[in-house]
Amino acid sequence: MDLNATFFGQTIAMIVFVWFCMKFVWPPIVGMIEERQTKIADGLAAAEKGSRSLEEAQVKIDGMVAEAREQARQILDQANQRGNALVDEARGTANQERERILASAKAEVDQEVNRARDELRGQVAAIAVAGAEKILSREIDSSAHQDLLDRLAAEI
Amino acid sequence: MASEGGKTTSEYIQHHLQNLQVCPTDEGWVWNQCAGNPLGINVDTMGWSVVLGLVFCTLFWRVAKNASVDKPSKTQAAIELLVELVDSSVRDTFHGKNKLIAPLALTILIWVFFMNVMDLIPVDWLPELFHLAGAEYFKVVPSTDPNITFGLSVSVFILILFFSLKVKGIGGFMGELTMQPLNPKDLGVPKLLWPLVMAFNFVLETVALLAKPLSLSLRLFGNLYAGELLFILIALIGWYQLPLHFGWAVFHLLVVTLQAYIFMMLTIVYLSQAHEHH
Repeated sequence: MDLNATFFGQTIAMIVFVWFCMKFVWPPIVGMIEERQTKIADGLAAAEKGSRSLEEAQVKIDGMVAEAREQARQILDQANQRGNALVDEARGTANQERERILASAKAEVDQEVNRARDELRGQVAAIAVAGAEKILSREIDSSAHQDLLDRLAAEI
Repeated sequence: MASEGGKTTSEYIQHHLQNLQVCPTDEGWVWNQCAGNPLGINVDTMGWSVVLGLVFCTLFWRVAKNASVDKPSKTQAAIELLVELVDSSVRDTFHGKNKLIAPLALTILIWVFFMNVMDLIPVDWLPELFHLAGAEYFKVVPSTDPNITFGLSVSVFILILFFSLKVKGIGGFMGELTMQPLNPKDLGVPKLLWPLVMAFNFVLETVALLAKPLSLSLRLFGNLYAGELLFILIALIGWYQLPLHFGWAVFHLLVVTLQAYIFMMLTIVYLSQAHEHH
């Protein structure tokens, strides 16, 4: 139990081990830990940056969507207007056409009526003449009273 | 195993507390006749101390060499915990810049812990093993050898002196030894009586300074020596030793860890005091 040279041996061993630890153990481990710390800090900063840029992108996207919606609405409005205009135009043309057809039909009808009337008038005159002839066959010279008969026919 | 080989109880205890020694004499190097020989070496404790120091260095060096930032192995994670414990202890106590203190503290913590842990190996195993190899005596726990603990604490003491002188200079260091705790200037003592006060201070402070390495080493030695002695006494009981041995081993786990930690912490405190100006 008494003190002897072991004391010096232990002191020398201590110097060697502490020197070794100071040289080869402590710096790499602490350096590694510090490297990891900076890496973690960098990672956190990058994550924050990423989430911030995501937010910015979200805002941008929202703007773009609103703009697109507005454009779509405008295009729809234009198309509706255009369609209405087309329908109106078509309606106008159709009306005109109808009136034109109506007018031409009326004119044709009138013409037919007139022709029929003329024909009837002629026939009535002929009938009247024939009737009168039968009644007055001997007294009236048809050629002598021709102008009278014509006036009568015109009056009918 | 108590009285194996026809040993009495006191012989058994004596045998367990005897170092395997070698020393140079007039007749060359001799074994186990070295009582009182200042050149003797305790082969067993010295050997285990060096072996355990090498275990510490190899283990930590390998981990340090293969240390990975992204994918730490489990061993690396455990060692990082220890390194960060030491690092934060040093940062809390010591505020200057010194590249030595933290590695010194780590070495002390792990090395002393390893040396203390040898106490938990059943007291007869290694001595019997080495007895087969021809060693008559064999003491396993390095920290139950005052040579070992003094070797540690005196190294720390030399560092205390070195850093005190380096940081404060000879004048500052002497001033620290002589001008406190009783400062003659503040007390208004007449100049004539200053040497008296200073001498008083010097005696007090020198005792306090010398008490540092002494208490450091004797605390470790005393705790571990007492622990080992109890293990030896428990081993003498016979078969009933098992529960007792277990109980004491559990308590001793605390002692083992705590003493290593205290030694480290006090080393940090003493060295940071050496750096402080008063």
